[in-house]
Amino acid sequence: MNINLTLIGQSITFFLFVWFCMKFVWPPVVTALEARRKQIADGLAAADRGKHELELAAKRATETLQEAKQKAAEIIAQAEKRASQVVEESKDTAKVEGDRQIAAAKAEIEQEIHRAREQLRGEVAALVVAGAEKILRREVDAKAHGDLLEAIKNEL
Amino acid sequence: MSAEALSSTDYIKHHLQNLTFGHKADGTWGLAHTAAEAKEMGFWAINVDTMGWSIFLGLVFLFFFSKAARSATTGVPGGLQNFVEWIVEFIDNSVRGSFSGRNPLVAPLALTIFIWIFLMNAMDLLPIDWLPQAAAAITGNPHLFFKVVPSTDPNATFGMSIAVFFLVLYYSVKMKGLGGFVGELTLQPFGKFGLPANLFLEGVNLIAKPVSLALRLFGNMYAGEMIFILIALMFSGGGVLMLAGGALQWAWAVFHILVITLQAFIFMTLTIVYLDMAHQEHH
Repeated sequence: MNINLTLIGQSITFFLFVWFCMKFVWPPVVTALEARRKQIADGLAAADRGKHELELAAKRATETLQEAKQKAAEIIAQAEKRASQVVEESKDTAKVEGDRQIAAAKAEIEQEIHRAREQLRGEVAALVVAGAEKILRREVDAKAHGDLLEAIKNEL
Repeated sequence: MSAEALSSTDYIKHHLQNLTFGHKADGTWGLAHTAAEAKEMGFWAINVDTMGWSIFLGLVFLFFFSKAARSATTGVPGGLQNFVEWIVEFIDNSVRGSFSGRNPLVAPLALTIFIWIFLMNAMDLLPIDWLPQAAAAITGNPHLFFKVVPSTDPNATFGMSIAVFFLVLYYSVKMKGLGGFVGELTLQPFGKFGLPANLFLEGVNLIAKPVSLALRLFGNMYAGEMIFILIALMFSGGGVLMLAGGALQWAWAVFHILVITLQAFIFMTLTIVYLDMAHQEHH
């Protein structure tokens, strides 16, 4: 337990060890620790970012889906509207066409009636003339009584 | 060293004597064979066992730590790297907590102190006769002195505390300038008219740092070693004493695990604190 040269030897040894530790042990370990800490922090940040992006994407997808649904509904509504419109239109067209045909038929009938009446009138006039001739026992001069005959014919 | 061949006193004395190499009284150089002979060698002698074990343990520390440091990756750390990183982070936290300045020396210094002192102290946990007996068997000298715990040698603890003391002086002067440091020693706490009292108080304060640092570690380890020696004496009693000795040795070793770690930690923390005080510009 004497104090001797060991004291100085220990001090020198101590300084050498400290120097070695400061040069070759401490910096690489601390650097590695720091780098890993940064790596982990970056990883966590990236994970957070990814999560956030996923949320955004999910939200966007929902929105798009909703939009698509809405659009589809609109299109269907439009199509239905258009279909009913078409039906209405064709109904109208058909009605108009029918009316027109009915009118045409009526006109034709009128015409037929008119023609028949004219014919009938002519025949009646001839009959009347013939009857009158028979009554008068004389010949009616068609030319002389033409005006009279015509007037009668028109009255019939 | 069987206890039967020696008296208890001799056994204890033998265990407390370092293996000293130096200049002997008869003019030759060699190992001291008695405690008196070692004392006569004076200052110019060296404790071979203390130096040998402390350097060996220091190299063990640096070997494993530099191995881990060289292969340090930012990926998943292996077992050794994990262990080293754990200790480095622990030291780093301690330094950040107590040291307010910026000095790249302090953290590696603290790491070296902690691990080196821990390893030196841990030699105490080996049964006290194993290594001395082995050394005696190898050298063929049954009376070979051999102390395996370097921190029970005041040379080792004072060697470290004086090194720390020089660092404190160096950084005090570097940070505050010579004038600032001398002013700190002489102009407080009583102002310039109480200069002698100031110098006395601050001087005691300054000298007490390395002395308390070294004596605390030495005292704790020396006392622990002494108790191991006394317990080991019980083995020569045979029978019940031997069993009791075994139990006591185990119990004391378990308790000593706390002591060796605590002493290494205290030495490290106080070193950081002293260096922090050296860096701080107060008043």
